Amino acid sequence: MRSKYEIFKIGIKDVAPHLLSVFPFGIIFGAIGIELGFSPLFTYATSLIIFGGASQIVFLQLLSGGASSLIAITSVGVINSRHFLYGAVLSEYLQKLSLIKKLLISYFIVDQGFAVSNQYFKKNPTEEFNHYHLIGSGIILWFIWQVSTVMGIYLGSIVPEELGLKFAIPLTFIAIIVNELRKFDHVLVMLVSGLAATFFYNAPFKTYIIISPLIGLFAAMIINKLKK
Amino acid sequence: MTWTSIFIAGILTYFTRMSMVTMIRKEMISDNLRKILNYVPSVVFPSIIFPGVLLDDFGAFVTISDPKIFGALTALVIGFFTRNVILTIVSGLSSYWIVIFVF
Repeated sequence: MRSKYEIFKIGIKDVAPHLLSVFPFGIIFGAIGIELGFSPLFTYATSLIIFGGASQIVFLQLLSGGASSLIAITSVGVINSRHFLYGAVLSEYLQKLSLIKKLLISYFIVDQGFAVSNQYFKKNPTEEFNHYHLIGSGIILWFIWQVSTVMGIYLGSIVPEELGLKFAIPLTFIAIIVNELRKFDHVLVMLVSGLAATFFYNAPFKTYIIISPLIGLFAAMIINKLKK
Repeated sequence: MTWTSIFIAGILTYFTRMSMVTMIRKEMISDNLRKILNYVPSVVFPSIIFPGVLLDDFGAFVTISDPKIFGALTALVIGFFTRNVILTIVSGLSSYWIVIFVF
């Protein structure tokens, strides 16, 4: 049985490689906020209060483009609705915690942290303190995101745009799912949701981000029916 | 007004994070549902990867010779065989840069 602190450290270690892409993305985001004409405080506040990379960029872009707050808020909600799916998956492992702990941990649920901690939970379902993995991965991601946003705000575009570092985000997600390519049913489901996302990309309010995973889950349901 | 909208967007985002964690109880998840939830990473991440690679900033298809396609394929192959996150990201980025800066 591992101690809380050990599992916390494993969480940090498991998510650390992904900081490679989270860090430049945070700098890019901070710089974009200032370029769009927002104050440093306002730009930073989105990282603290919303804490969701892609949704923060869309939020500021919409507001600066003259969209109504309602549209900006709706888009943030839609983009971040994928967390409902993460929460549903994680709920099983966080079940035994008190409400307060659940509420605190929830703030730190983000893509990369969810991905690596979920893998850990699946391998160690009976560890008493396995939620410390999610706390470890979540806190380090949170910390790097806050620091990199502030760096981007004050140092501006120290990351040259020609480097195209936004591309690091799809790459970090490729690294997350690449192992699942060994399972044929997962490959099929990935193709269905990926192509659906490409097809629905221009749907209003970025709804492709939640429509396509749902289409993918539907495909998974059918595949599981056929397998029986 | 815009400050209010940050807070509302933040509360909304927090709700997407805490609602399922606090409301779902184990007995609400059937074995079938658990099987389907297994696919969540495999449906969410490709939904971000595919448009991120295949489309440009304006939502139009990139050409087959686009550096992003070369970078993504390199990352897929390296990631598949090495199972190493850093190598996957670094190989994808460097092959992407090679296409941009060398060719």
